[in-house]
Amino acid sequence: MTQAFRRAKGGRIDRSRTLSFSFDGKSYAGHPGDTLASALLANGVHLVGRSFKYHRPRGILTAGSEEPNALVGVGRDDAHYTPNLRAPQVELYDGLVSESQNRSPSLTRDYAAINDVFWRFIPSGFYYKTFMWPKKAWTKFFEPRIREMAGLGRSPKTPDAARYAQRFAHCDVLVVGAGPAGIAAALSAAKTGARVILCDEQAEPGGALLAEPDAMIDGVSAAQWLQGALAQLAAHKNVRVLPRTIAFGYFPHNLIGLAQSLTDHEGERDDAKPRGRLWQVRAGEVIIAAGAIERPLVFPDNDRPGIMLAEAARIYLERYGVLPGQRALIFTAHDGAYRTALALHRAGCEIAGIVDLRPKADGPWVEAARQAGLEVHAAATVTATRGRLRLTGATIAPIKGGSAIEVACDTLLMSGGFTPSVHLFSQSRGKLVFDATLDAFLPGAPAEACRVVGSAAGLASLQEALESGAEAGGGGTRHQAANAPVAQGGFIGVVPYHGDPGAVRAFLDYQNDVTAKDVMLALREGMQSVEHVKRFTTNGMASDQGKLSNMNALAIMSAVLHKPVPAIGTTTFRMPYTPVPFGYFAGYARGELFEPARRTAIDGWAAAQGAVFEDVGLWKRARYFPRGAEDMHKAVARECAAVRQGVGIFDASTLGKIEVVGPDAAEFLNRMYINAWTKLAPGKLRYGILLREDGFIIDDGVIGRISDTRFHVTTTTGGAARVLGMMEDYLQTEFPELNVWLTSTTEQYAVIAVQGPKARAVVAPLVEGADLSAEALPHMSMVECRVAGVPARLFRVSFTGELGFEINVPADYGQAVWEALMACGQPHGITPYGTETMHVLRAEKGYIIVGQETDGTVTPDDVGYGGMIGKAKPDFVGKRALARKAFAAQTNRKQLVGLLTDDPALLLDEGAQIVADPTQPKPMTMLGHITSSYWSETLGRSIALALLRDGRARTGERLHVPQHDGTARVTVVSPVFYDPEGARLNG
Amino acid sequence: MDNLAIPPAAMRRSSLSGQEGGPTCRPIAGGGRFSLRLPPASRQPAALALGLDLEANINRAAVSGGRAALRLGPDEWLLLLPEAEAPAAALAGALPGGLYALTEISHRQTAIVLEGGAAADRLNAGCPLDLDLAAFPVGMATRTLFFKAEIVLWRQSETCFHLEVWRSFAPYVWELLGVIGREYAS
Amino acid sequence: MLLIPCPYCGPRPEIEFAYGGEAHVVRAADPRQVDDAGWTEFLYFRNNPRGDHAERWRHAFGCGRFFNVKRNTYTDQIEASYRIGETRP
Ligand SMILES: [Zn+2]
Repeated sequence: MTQAFRRAKGGRIDRSRTLSFSFDGKSYAGHPGDTLASALLANGVHLVGRSFKYHRPRGILTAGSEEPNALVGVGRDDAHYTPNLRAPQVELYDGLVSESQNRSPSLTRDYAAINDVFWRFIPSGFYYKTFMWPKKAWTKFFEPRIREMAGLGRSPKTPDAARYAQRFAHCDVLVVGAGPAGIAAALSAAKTGARVILCDEQAEPGGALLAEPDAMIDGVSAAQWLQGALAQLAAHKNVRVLPRTIAFGYFPHNLIGLAQSLTDHEGERDDAKPRGRLWQVRAGEVIIAAGAIERPLVFPDNDRPGIMLAEAARIYLERYGVLPGQRALIFTAHDGAYRTALALHRAGCEIAGIVDLRPKADGPWVEAARQAGLEVHAAATVTATRGRLRLTGATIAPIKGGSAIEVACDTLLMSGGFTPSVHLFSQSRGKLVFDATLDAFLPGAPAEACRVVGSAAGLASLQEALESGAEAGGGGTRHQAANAPVAQGGFIGVVPYHGDPGAVRAFLDYQNDVTAKDVMLALREGMQSVEHVKRFTTNGMASDQGKLSNMNALAIMSAVLHKPVPAIGTTTFRMPYTPVPFGYFAGYARGELFEPARRTAIDGWAAAQGAVFEDVGLWKRARYFPRGAEDMHKAVARECAAVRQGVGIFDASTLGKIEVVGPDAAEFLNRMYINAWTKLAPGKLRYGILLREDGFIIDDGVIGRISDTRFHVTTTTGGAARVLGMMEDYLQTEFPELNVWLTSTTEQYAVIAVQGPKARAVVAPLVEGADLSAEALPHMSMVECRVAGVPARLFRVSFTGELGFEINVPADYGQAVWEALMACGQPHGITPYGTETMHVLRAEKGYIIVGQETDGTVTPDDVGYGGMIGKAKPDFVGKRALARKAFAAQTNRKQLVGLLTDDPALLLDEGAQIVADPTQPKPMTMLGHITSSYWSETLGRSIALALLRDGRARTGERLHVPQHDGTARVTVVSPVFYDPEGARLNG
Repeated sequence: MDNLAIPPAAMRRSSLSGQEGGPTCRPIAGGGRFSLRLPPASRQPAALALGLDLEANINRAAVSGGRAALRLGPDEWLLLLPEAEAPAAALAGALPGGLYALTEISHRQTAIVLEGGAAADRLNAGCPLDLDLAAFPVGMATRTLFFKAEIVLWRQSETCFHLEVWRSFAPYVWELLGVIGREYAS
Repeated sequence: MLLIPCPYCGPRPEIEFAYGGEAHVVRAADPRQVDDAGWTEFLYFRNNPRGDHAERWRHAFGCGRFFNVKRNTYTDQIEASYRIGETRP
């Protein structure tokens, strides 16, 4: 297809190369330097989308990231597909595949366009009011229908093929926007030697200078000046220029989020290279040179394809050599549109007239238009437009009333003036101040170290833009612009209309299909606050955040409520400035790198044995070691039997470990743990319980005294970091007088548990320097020695109820020692076991697991450990809380008990509730809940631990546990199911 | 029993054993590490006993021969020593009152060296600190983050960084450095 | 993300820190001397002002020290940071 609307020359595109691309399956041609929008326009394609609610045909409205209509899906396949891209921002490449959105089956024949016929029946608030009754209809009917209709683009279903990069960066000055003001600021800041980052959302830096054929700067054309300035910046080693980079968020303390597109413009992009990069920039100072956004005029049917912003049309002409149509009507309240009219006129586009809302059309721009023979209708307005899939004509009428004129046109270019882009400044919590002469909110007092320059600060002329930028940069640079007359004017609100305003639709928010009438309805319904109106109408709530609509909406509110605009206020701008693909935020955190997978020194051995792993926090732990076709139940039964009858070996390396060292080490532990530590002799172990200050158990673990001044503290796997943090807190802030220091040794040691009646026979032959006999090393004692030639802390300790050892060796030797123990254990049938077997064995003994038997509301006495409390100690963390009368007064606290089901084969559901009478009316009185439930191979039946109200006094009682498949009958027993005397521990 | 003799090197396997690395990124095997905690009064005797400068500012490394003391906090040093060196006896002699804590952490962490013109940039993929020479000069050493892993970052020269990473986090850090390194491949 | 001035290390990014709640909530030297109401107050009641707030932070992925920060909870601007034991500015 030919590019019928492409001029033979002009613009910054490369006509020597032709690119082929497709839109909705149809092939078109464009050139390097084009955007998808400019290339479509060059081919005469204006209809590019259907509107969100009414499915009205929509065309390209703007030439920038504020585009509300031309939202397209781009990508060669689902894995490379991105929905909701703004066509003016999509750089053209050869083979680009794009499609329109929100239409079915096609743009020209869209079934949901029926909404447009019934528009009177779906005003704002329609959804809130209609889908309320009956309740069930919501989930069954309304929600699925709405979900079908809602949203614009389709989400890709396959994983994103792209990779994303991330960087933290620091600079003295971050300049947002590389238009004349931003470039002047960067040049000036660079001169001071500052580290400068200059970012711009477009592929090519330059901003307004890219469509500036007439102006001169510092004696050369704007284009030449731009080229020179960019070369200067490139030569500074302290300056980094980031094109295709959107400053999407302004966070506290001058942290700015930038999203830099890297390969989107490269066509068949290489998936090995990052598609984009998320920057988190900490800037000493931020200079916002974000420019201004042209405002649409709000008049009846102002949304037909062919209706564009005037400045956008000029940009398409000057940058891309594209004419928007053959015959354009200009509708404006700002001089800028005259500039567009003149340029188009020179380029051969017929001008159907200039309709100026302003009562007196005069000044140099108007004069120039008249001189060029263009017809100017002053104090006039457009009252109607025609054309379904493309504009065909419009009606012009004097504002004061009088006879209307019909004109034919395929293009209508409008301008309500410019709104300074204050989004980032507002995100920084800077105050906005309303300027009545400009009808705009301008940056006021900043909340962060930031300055706003150029048209973002409401400065209209090129000279002011350059000056404000240069001044903000602090380098004392100066620039002189010439041949750049100021364009002035503007209008906010609904343009005057004499007919029935209820009978027409004048669109305010194109992306969310909000009309002027909707805002008036919201006000009639009683909404007074701008925030309420916003939510009722959804004006400004689309992804463009009301870049085009906010000021017009405020003006309507102002007129209806008879309040000045500043009294109404403006809504808060939020990040992101424009949508950022999720991949930028995920960055490297995907798949295996989503989070650290912590593995022990023995993990590789276990994996090679075919162990099945489970996640415990970030750790991967071997859960069981299936042999042959064993399932978990069979493997665990075998592993349990091996430990009870022979010997098992278990990787306990993930246990948290803290070395507590110093003259006051024992005193510190006295104050932290409930137990007494002063009299624990070196070489002895004790089971410790740690409470929070509120008296509830937070952690537990065995603590060994290595010497008078050194303790080896163990914590739960999940509690390691938390406990160390809590200890540091008390040590640094409450007990700073204690001479004791804490060091995490969790990862210094691999911990190998050898458990079972034959444990000593396996370990002893490998030990040098220690006597493992029951007399020399009784239960709950420790010795420093060598195991398999490796220095070790050998603990005689058991979490299984059997004779057991836990061997702590420096972690890098862990696998070697493990393999030595396996070899030594072979004749004894040594059996590796995992966390599941560990859980069963400890439950048979009634040993608690913090976080399973406890839930943050459990005291030591609740789990039967009240006797461990060091009674003579004046204080420990949690002691005072436990002494409160509120605790003493509670007579029916939940206590740890064992439960046996009548049916020995029945496994109770963990978390199930316990009741006295299952026939009582609901809601039943719940007496407690199941905390642990296992099949005990040792006992040949199921067992369960539970927290039960007044549980210890209920021993022998028969209760009920309603489960997912019927109610179980249970008997309350002691939580220690196996070897209650503990004889096996002392073997 | 000789509790100080070092087991054969072949028995020692770090969590990065088997990773070769290249000229810009490689693991460093072995080595001795200790966490040393000292109140101000113990600093001078400890420095004499160890032959290391412990008066350097916080977040700075003091190097002497193949030995280094990285001051990570007001009262905390990370000692990086040859594997055979055991400083316990010397310190015990110098500080008879016991006002110090020495804890061996040789196996708690492992080391990665990152080198080359892009080293700082690669680190900034996941390290939030300003690594400009002015802000993070040669000799600076501090605990910080690399993505979701705690690291100790020590700048040994303008273009060479030494990373200390906890054992189980090292493969995660290593993999990420590899992925980021590929961004500089061509 | 805040830039928090650690009194030991200087300004560092917020992700290196752990929040520690309101500052200057002192645990009694001898808790036995505190009555139930007083202990309940100590355990559970904290100020939640809009504006100046003295709060604890720990430079967890840095020097490891706890310290206090005076931060405006509305503007997020930090007025001062000071070591544990130093008086509130
Ligand atoms: Zn610090």
